[in-house]
Amino acid sequence: MYKFYETSIKNQSLTLKEKFFNLSFSYILFIVLLVSVGVVMLYSAANGDWNQWALKHLLRFSVAFGLMIFLAMIDIKYLLRYAYFFYFVVLLLLIYVEVKGHVGMGAQRWINLKFFNLQPSELMKIALVLALAKYFHTTSLQSIETIRGIIPPLLLVLFPAFLVLTQPDLGTAMMLLMTAGAMFFVVGVQLWKFGAVLLGAIVMAPVAWHFLREYQQNRVLTFLDPERDPLGAGYHIIQSKIALGSGGVFGKGFLKGTQSHLNFLPEKHTDFIFTMLSEEFGMVGAVFVILLNMLIIAYSFAFALRSTSYFGKLLAIGLATNFFLYVCINTAMVLGLLPVVGIPLPLISYGGTVILSVMASFGIILCVHINRNVNLGKSD
Amino acid sequence: MNRDNDKGKVLVKRSLILAFIEFLLFMVIIFRLYYLQVYQADRYKMLADENRISTRLLIPPRGIIYDRNQELLASNRQNFQVSIVAEQTPDIQETLDAFKKIMPLSEVEEEKIKKEIRRKRSFVPIKIKDNLTWEEVSKIQLNAPSLPGIVIDEGLSRYYPFGEKMMHILGYVSSVSDNDVKDDPLLEVPGFKIGKAGIEKLFEKRLRGRGGNQKLEVNAYGRVMKEIEKNDGVLGEKIDLSLDARLQTKAFELLGEESGAIVLMDVHNGEILAFVSTPSYDPNLMVTGISNEDWKALVNNERHPLTNKVIAGRYSPGSTFKMIVALAGLESGAIKPETRFFCAGKMFLGSHPFHCWKHSGHGYLDVVQALQHSCDIFFYETAQKVGIEKIADMARRLGLGEKVGIGLDNENSGLIPDKAWKLKARKEPWHPGETLISGIGQGYILTTPIQLVTMMSRLVNGGYEVRPSFLRVSEEEQENIKKINVSQTYLDIVKEGMYNVVNVPGGTAYMSRFDYNGMKMGGKTGTTQVRRISLKERQTGILKESELPWRLRNHALFVGYAPHNNPKYAVAVLVEHGGGGSSVAAPMASELLQEALKLDPSKKIIE
Repeated sequence: MYKFYETSIKNQSLTLKEKFFNLSFSYILFIVLLVSVGVVMLYSAANGDWNQWALKHLLRFSVAFGLMIFLAMIDIKYLLRYAYFFYFVVLLLLIYVEVKGHVGMGAQRWINLKFFNLQPSELMKIALVLALAKYFHTTSLQSIETIRGIIPPLLLVLFPAFLVLTQPDLGTAMMLLMTAGAMFFVVGVQLWKFGAVLLGAIVMAPVAWHFLREYQQNRVLTFLDPERDPLGAGYHIIQSKIALGSGGVFGKGFLKGTQSHLNFLPEKHTDFIFTMLSEEFGMVGAVFVILLNMLIIAYSFAFALRSTSYFGKLLAIGLATNFFLYVCINTAMVLGLLPVVGIPLPLISYGGTVILSVMASFGIILCVHINRNVNLGKSD
Repeated sequence: MNRDNDKGKVLVKRSLILAFIEFLLFMVIIFRLYYLQVYQADRYKMLADENRISTRLLIPPRGIIYDRNQELLASNRQNFQVSIVAEQTPDIQETLDAFKKIMPLSEVEEEKIKKEIRRKRSFVPIKIKDNLTWEEVSKIQLNAPSLPGIVIDEGLSRYYPFGEKMMHILGYVSSVSDNDVKDDPLLEVPGFKIGKAGIEKLFEKRLRGRGGNQKLEVNAYGRVMKEIEKNDGVLGEKIDLSLDARLQTKAFELLGEESGAIVLMDVHNGEILAFVSTPSYDPNLMVTGISNEDWKALVNNERHPLTNKVIAGRYSPGSTFKMIVALAGLESGAIKPETRFFCAGKMFLGSHPFHCWKHSGHGYLDVVQALQHSCDIFFYETAQKVGIEKIADMARRLGLGEKVGIGLDNENSGLIPDKAWKLKARKEPWHPGETLISGIGQGYILTTPIQLVTMMSRLVNGGYEVRPSFLRVSEEEQENIKKINVSQTYLDIVKEGMYNVVNVPGGTAYMSRFDYNGMKMGGKTGTTQVRRISLKERQTGILKESELPWRLRNHALFVGYAPHNNPKYAVAVLVEHGGGGSSVAAPMASELLQEALKLDPSKKIIE
């Protein structure tokens, strides 16, 4: 009887109500907590003004929250079925903005959608994970372990990464490559292949250096030696470290960050919001936010491992790693551990596209969680 | 199917490894937070404070200088200056070019500014122009958007309303130079000015005050957000001088185009009421910076406008020294009040002739008459009998031969020669003839006008060792003035002589006498040669003064006092190459003393 019941669940679609009660409410709570931190910090970043950023952030979150619930509610089969289709649509959008950028003089990376300025490159992060998950879902381990077997997914990665790089958006391109790299790793691509690619990258680095724009080269040089130009490119990172360090353990207090409110800290509502948080709430506040992010990632991994389908597992891991990369690169950047590459802190930094893509990711991860017992065939 | 199982197992295993890597990376982030926010927190707190707190030195306004009647002598005027801050402009040349369209700048000025910019750090404002007019200020402000880096500062600059009339007493302020001792952070302030001469230098510390501090919170653009802490310094102290601007002006006008010096002093307490050295120049020029040509003209002027002749000019006292010789004679017993000498116009020491100024001679004279007529022969005889040592001693008691200690730079001690001095300075023994010419205030003797007025005061104030002072002297201070060791009887005899000089027909200054409500002047003329009159010239007739070039003419001197009955004011007048003491110097002294008596606030002297 029991077995029959199990199979029946596997073969039957869940009702909407069942799906709703299968949502992880603690997961959603962590997300809401993070956004709340974001709203509070944006209020502070505007020197105590709700209207400048905080309320818009909340509004965007509400819309993105709806999208998350919607994605969580859909059938995971559709995700598998339309993964490639979605990937190619996003790829076309990417080519579209690229061509438009070249034709119309002003380079635009985004498409205007009322509340959001949709960046196809941001959507590509999800589309790529979906496409790779589908590819590896349908491929055997033998095939994955051959060189020929990893050429198609490599193309899936390299083509959009190249397009994004030429925008030029080094940060997003790197994230696409790293997310894909993580997925190649978890599906079992042999380590020596990573070694070979790494070696190749080191050899190619001097050549690649020439393809970087001057400001990108400066960012790397400044990262290596912030004192190189203390009033120019190095200014951001030096001021960020001063703000962080002077916050101490308990911070200077809400609305009392001198570095932020006296404008020594640049981009305090976007890329450097974590610095401002650390200045005003100290290490306590900073670690709290890091822990919330770690919890979200840990839950995502747990959902992945509890999913019975390979596609679901890989999808959740890919998206969670993508989220991890946001958090890790942004914090490492403001802490002076990485060059300033323009990656925001998701849910906290002000900006439309990221909140949309990250909430969409959470929606898909929740969808994997809800459909953890749905068996997906290779050819579905 | 087996491989599919493997595929799933690999995924789980690798996922756990990936999760662990991600966990480790988060730990790196947290460790980094710990490093910055705990381990290095103090360092970054300090850097944050350095960012946000800007300490400014508050410059105290310089003390105002008044005369004895609260007339303003040196004040601070609002001054607008325009500067450029290199770091606030993207292109210095562009900004300067835009500026030149509004206000012309010479190439030299522009080069100077650019040189300063290269020398100083980029946030230091470099002065472009100061003393801007309101119109210029508003023009610059109107064009501010096209002038990035141009700032207008409002400051105070020193102003001397009396200009050249007060130059040699007040001095002036000017920029701190490399030689000045920098014992005060104020001196490091760009554009800060300190006293370089005169009263401004003498009372520099009191006039300057002490700088305060202001700690301000500033934002990244340097805008002041709030004041954190303020420590007011000490304002520059107000200085009241003993000077009377009206008498100073009068004395300055009396000298007119002449090159010379006038000092007027209170005989009892030494308060200086007028202190003039001419020619002079406008100290306001020194504040704003004098041009090279103007400066060269001052340096090369044969009348030495840069020299303060009152304290630094060394002149033979001539006949004004005769009071000293008379006193020395009377005190030593070499002459008695009734002693008479015969003047035949000349006398001989060995084969060397000594001439009286009056060729035909004065006949028999006693000491009072000798002073009245300024007979040279009488004083040759007296000096010969007294000897140089006693004359020198008397001169020193009356304030000659040493600095009076007025405190100004370049004060000269003059010279009262004696035998020891000659041996030391000239490596020669004293010559008896030198005693004779010393008897009429010529030879090695040198005095400054301030010494002469001090001598005059001590002769008539009842024998007190008064010293000149630029500040008001309190009664208590006046009571502490010591007496000089000279018999009042002899002083009275000399005073009688000086009275006769002015008020008795035949006196050398008889033409300058006055009677103002019964108050009269006494004094002594002096005319000193600056050239040697040759024997041939004496025979062919001495050239008239007006026939000589200016720089060969005689110096004219007069020392005087008034009122005769109850002396209050002493004056010394020196006119370089002015001609005769009686014709040039005495009338000036007469006019100034009358003016002083007219302006005198106390009714006591009008009795």
